[in-house]
Amino acid sequence: MSEEDLIRPAGSRSEGSVPESAQRILELADDELILGWRNSEWTGIAPFLEEDVAFSSIAQTEIGHARAWYELAARQTERGGVDADALAFDRDPDEYRCAPFVETRLVPDWARTIARHWLYETADAIRIEALKASGDPEVAGLAEKIDREETYHRMHADMWADRLRDEARFRGAVDELWPSALGLLEPGQRDRLCEIVGREPVEANERGEHTEELRPLWEEMTMVRRSVPGASW
Amino acid sequence: MIFEIFRQEREGQPFQHGGSLEAPNLAFAETYARELYGRRDESFALWIVPRESVEEILDPYVADVFDRDYRRVDGYSLKVKLKEARELAAKNAPHFPREETSAISDLGPA
Repeated sequence: MSEEDLIRPAGSRSEGSVPESAQRILELADDELILGWRNSEWTGIAPFLEEDVAFSSIAQTEIGHARAWYELAARQTERGGVDADALAFDRDPDEYRCAPFVETRLVPDWARTIARHWLYETADAIRIEALKASGDPEVAGLAEKIDREETYHRMHADMWADRLRDEARFRGAVDELWPSALGLLEPGQRDRLCEIVGREPVEANERGEHTEELRPLWEEMTMVRRSVPGASW
Repeated sequence: MIFEIFRQEREGQPFQHGGSLEAPNLAFAETYARELYGRRDESFALWIVPRESVEEILDPYVADVFDRDYRRVDGYSLKVKLKEARELAAKNAPHFPREETSAISDLGPA
């Protein structure tokens, strides 16, 4: 990833402390955290127990990947005092850089959940592949490490997509989610996603604006941390 | 479908039954088995067997009424056999106490 690729328009106030090179990493980290959080809403209520364990585990590793990316972003911030927790939980909802795609609560719709899971993992594979070739050895190294766990995510997602391929509810869900799935990736990476998924490009639902669902999620996600500001847990 | 999962903890060790899981097909079973028996690096290899492929024998004991214990897979119990043989040998062996030996020699020429 070149410096030019990393540059994004300066965001809101607390992002001023995070250098531009870390902004792209924050997009990734926020996607992983919010999707991991949404997927974790299935814990205990998945269609059957084996799936409950598997999907919860995937949700947990997504949050683990978010943590690793936040740590990297925190190391790259010039000003001290910013750590992974601060990046994950102390920003305002508007400062998150996640794509609208990951924000929606899909419980109890399993077809849409699997459609999102499959589209996300497929898009994420393209993104990770690009990051593995990054000129920043820390970014490339972490992408390499994360990719090993993502292999299991892809196996799980592909197996479900294969099983639900002819199911009308699943196909409808993929249609519905497709524009926002494209918004996960940089414009230059989208053709590859169209190719793998076998769909035509459409106008993407871009990263930048948040859905109304992010704030309630954020309220819940940061509730405990905000209850005792500045506490050392 | 129910699948039985066997795991090999280390290379070369025998596979042992780990447990069972439910999955709609073999692809799902593999994914779930990896999660349940492999994600903590606790298994070197797994066998995934549809339960219906397992032939269960509930009363495997074949009474050895004719005492043909040489047909057993564990072979002879040599320890017991040897003990019996020693006891038998001790009982049947000719006994030559010293006094008797001298008595025989005392017989002298007939």
